[in-house]
Amino acid sequence: MDNRIYTVSELNGLIKELFDATPLFLQISVRGELSNYKVYPSGHHYFTLKDSESSLKCVMFKSSALKLRFKPENGMSVTVSGRISVYPRDGAYQLYCSGIMPEGTGDLQVAFEQLKKKLSDEGLFDREHKKPLPRYPKKIAVITSSAGAAVHDMIRILSHRWPMTKVLLLPVRVQGAEAPPEIAGAIRYANRYELADLIITGRGGGSIEDLWAFNDERVARAIFDSDIPVISAVGHEPDVTISDYAADARASTPSNAAEIAVPDASEEREALAGFSIRASVSMEKRLKHLRTELTALSSRRVMRDAGAYLDDRRIELDHMRDKLVSSTEGQLAVRQRRQASLAAALDAMSPLRVLTRGYAMATDAAGDTVSSVRQLGVGDTLRLRVSDGSALCTVNEIYEE
Amino acid sequence: MEINNLSYEQAVSRLGEIVENLEKGNMPLSHSLSLFEEGTALIKYCSELLDKAEQKVVMLKKGPDGAPIELPFEVEA
Repeated sequence: MDNRIYTVSELNGLIKELFDATPLFLQISVRGELSNYKVYPSGHHYFTLKDSESSLKCVMFKSSALKLRFKPENGMSVTVSGRISVYPRDGAYQLYCSGIMPEGTGDLQVAFEQLKKKLSDEGLFDREHKKPLPRYPKKIAVITSSAGAAVHDMIRILSHRWPMTKVLLLPVRVQGAEAPPEIAGAIRYANRYELADLIITGRGGGSIEDLWAFNDERVARAIFDSDIPVISAVGHEPDVTISDYAADARASTPSNAAEIAVPDASEEREALAGFSIRASVSMEKRLKHLRTELTALSSRRVMRDAGAYLDDRRIELDHMRDKLVSSTEGQLAVRQRRQASLAAALDAMSPLRVLTRGYAMATDAAGDTVSSVRQLGVGDTLRLRVSDGSALCTVNEIYEE
Repeated sequence: MEINNLSYEQAVSRLGEIVENLEKGNMPLSHSLSLFEEGTALIKYCSELLDKAEQKVVMLKKGPDGAPIELPFEVEA
């Protein structure tokens, strides 16, 4: 029996040596639920892993924590891996954690759901922010790798469908740590220089890790901020990324993006032919209608037999003239009768009538009737009018009575 | 506006207007005829644009002043 008395530090050191000499403790995985999760300003993460009966202190240093692809949250079921060792100062053992994996779904899936919820709550995916795609884009900025098959697929389809569009390739890396800032930067660059009226960004298929750049918050925000409409085209049909949610349109593949981006020239030719047919048909209809109207007009008698029409008009004219004449003649007769009676009345009152009874009427040289000797001088000439003629007389003497 | 200065989009949109007006048919015949003529010219113009078009593909590089520089991009057949 060893009666030596140890200091606390010595004992804790011995226990630490014991732990560190146990191979199992050097690399161990523990399943449990996260609680009391804290991120210190130093960048180290401290938390407790527990199950229904026990708990275990855990620490994750900054260098390991930076590799986390999702944000650990209290209550999450996880598997933590690392080594068990003793912190001599406190005499406490803890798990020095090198990685955390969410239970069930992978860590990327959790990260995806977390970012999706965050951006969705902010309204980045709202319908009202979606910009319409131009019907006939003049320039398309393609933001993808210049190396992959995706870019060539897109260009081939674009040139086949709608060669009028100019394609501007903005080459970027599409995987790795540099990819998200490069993709986001290219989207912002295209906007700053107004390079195009449509952007396609994406890449060909790959693992969830390969596609990860398009689940990056920076890329999602650049897409959301873009004034130029963006089509997101990442991976294959079942792959859905955060970029797809933030974009104005989602294409299932890069080739599909090219199909969405531009109309098909052959369909457009059919549409032009359709316009041509509609224009011709409506003109034809218009002319046919006018022809029918013309026929209806020309079937009238005036057009068919102008001579007969004129004869009719002549007869009408004669009738009208008759009416006019008869009514004129009637009026004339009435007037003549009135005139005759007026003449008789006048005649009765006429001075000439008096002359037939032996009276004479004298007028002077000026033709004025002489009714007084004062109008006369000796030697004046007078005209004496009797019933059937007149005589010129000279005044010899004047007697005033 | 001179037809040759129109973009494809402008030409097609004008064409749509013309066809709709022709279909309504509520204008003098002389006006209809001149619209029909314009429509025919637009269809010819658009078809020519489609026939003549040749895809241009360039790669953009950021120039020393930040402005983009166009470089040729080799397209795979």
